[in-house]
Amino acid sequence: MGGMDGFGPVVCEQNEPVFHADWERRMYALVGPAMGAAQVNVDEFRHAIERIPPARYLASSYYERWIAAAETILVEHGLVTREELIARQDASIDPRQIANAVAAHGPAPIKDKPGSKPPRARFAKGDRVRARNLNPSGHTRLPRYVRGKTGVIARDWGVFVFPDTNAHHAGTKPQHCYSVLFDARELWGKPANSRERLYIDLWEDYLEPIAPKPKAKSSKRKNAGKTGRR
Amino acid sequence: MSGDHHNTDDSGPAARVKALEALLTEKGLIDPSAIDAIVDTYETRVGPRNGARVVAKAWTDPAYRKRLLTDATSAVAELGFAGPEGGHLVAVENTDRVHNLVVCTLCSCYPWPVLGLPPVWYKSFAYRSRAVSDPRGVLEDFGLELPNDVEIRVWDSSAEIRYLVIPQRPKGTAKMSEGELTAIVTRDSMVGVAKVEAPRA
Repeated sequence: MGGMDGFGPVVCEQNEPVFHADWERRMYALVGPAMGAAQVNVDEFRHAIERIPPARYLASSYYERWIAAAETILVEHGLVTREELIARQDASIDPRQIANAVAAHGPAPIKDKPGSKPPRARFAKGDRVRARNLNPSGHTRLPRYVRGKTGVIARDWGVFVFPDTNAHHAGTKPQHCYSVLFDARELWGKPANSRERLYIDLWEDYLEPIAPKPKAKSSKRKNAGKTGRR
Repeated sequence: MSGDHHNTDDSGPAARVKALEALLTEKGLIDPSAIDAIVDTYETRVGPRNGARVVAKAWTDPAYRKRLLTDATSAVAELGFAGPEGGHLVAVENTDRVHNLVVCTLCSCYPWPVLGLPPVWYKSFAYRSRAVSDPRGVLEDFGLELPNDVEIRVWDSSAEIRYLVIPQRPKGTAKMSEGELTAIVTRDSMVGVAKVEAPRA
């Protein structure tokens, strides 16, 4: 949502409770164990939230989006059927009355772990990079507002699972993830305040190198990646 | 799926969650007592008090502050705080020249072990959209006006790193103990939308 207009001022609720309704409590706590049971990683869960039709997404509260995502995933993975969900919603059964339910899976972390062979870093601190103008139809953690923009590598956070493939069970594709620094004027144009900077964490596949000096135009360097330069 | 059948979305959220929990319990996929334990953890045990202890310790113990800025995950674990959304913590420090602000424009990533679950405003479209493009305007929504020469650093938590802002220790608190300081550090100051105020004498 970065950079979208028209949502008005940020409204802060005083003395806000952790949850605003009992169903929010249950929904929040359900997700970890339920996604563990479905063997779903955090990226797939996030993508299920993103797949909510935009108009409904904007009309839903945070935990309502979690409900929709959990329903989608559990149905897709065959753990429950839509018919079962609908039938159960119409009945007034207190789930607590279902006795002696044995959990097949405990609360499993929905995080995935990077693979064992850490790939080398293509970029190093200070390298100028451009966020690629990628527009995948699936999950991505590359926000629109940085696509095509130029920044500088501020830090290398190490190796992380790549969400774009992990969300679709297309491999964990472990790779370096970097803190990339963008000037506000690069992102939002000249009127932006020159005393504002944005740091965002971007995976290596989201980035392309930029030659440090503009003069080195088309020197056809084969490996522009400068691997291992640290 | 037949389009004429009524959709699960037609039911209210309470009924939908009840159905989910009942079905998953019945099928042996979840254990309701585990759900209770998770609710209890985030409602009563994990919250911004944890982060406040981290900040107060950083204010009073220079060696700890250094460890926190170098490796926040380990420094936070020294106080016994760890868990989901806390595997890769990074602390960023406010100074006279630099003010840090944390957001997640893509969803609502938040450092759970030190701040608990995020408030509604942090998850709101207004905050997620404008914190990156108009941070000064967002800070004004919170009643915080910063001088123009203060650099604002916005941290968009787009990956697995979770950020904790170390706010500035307010003037007039030199004599306060670590415990007393813990009590004045607010959640909002650790996200970067507020400053910590000294208690009124």
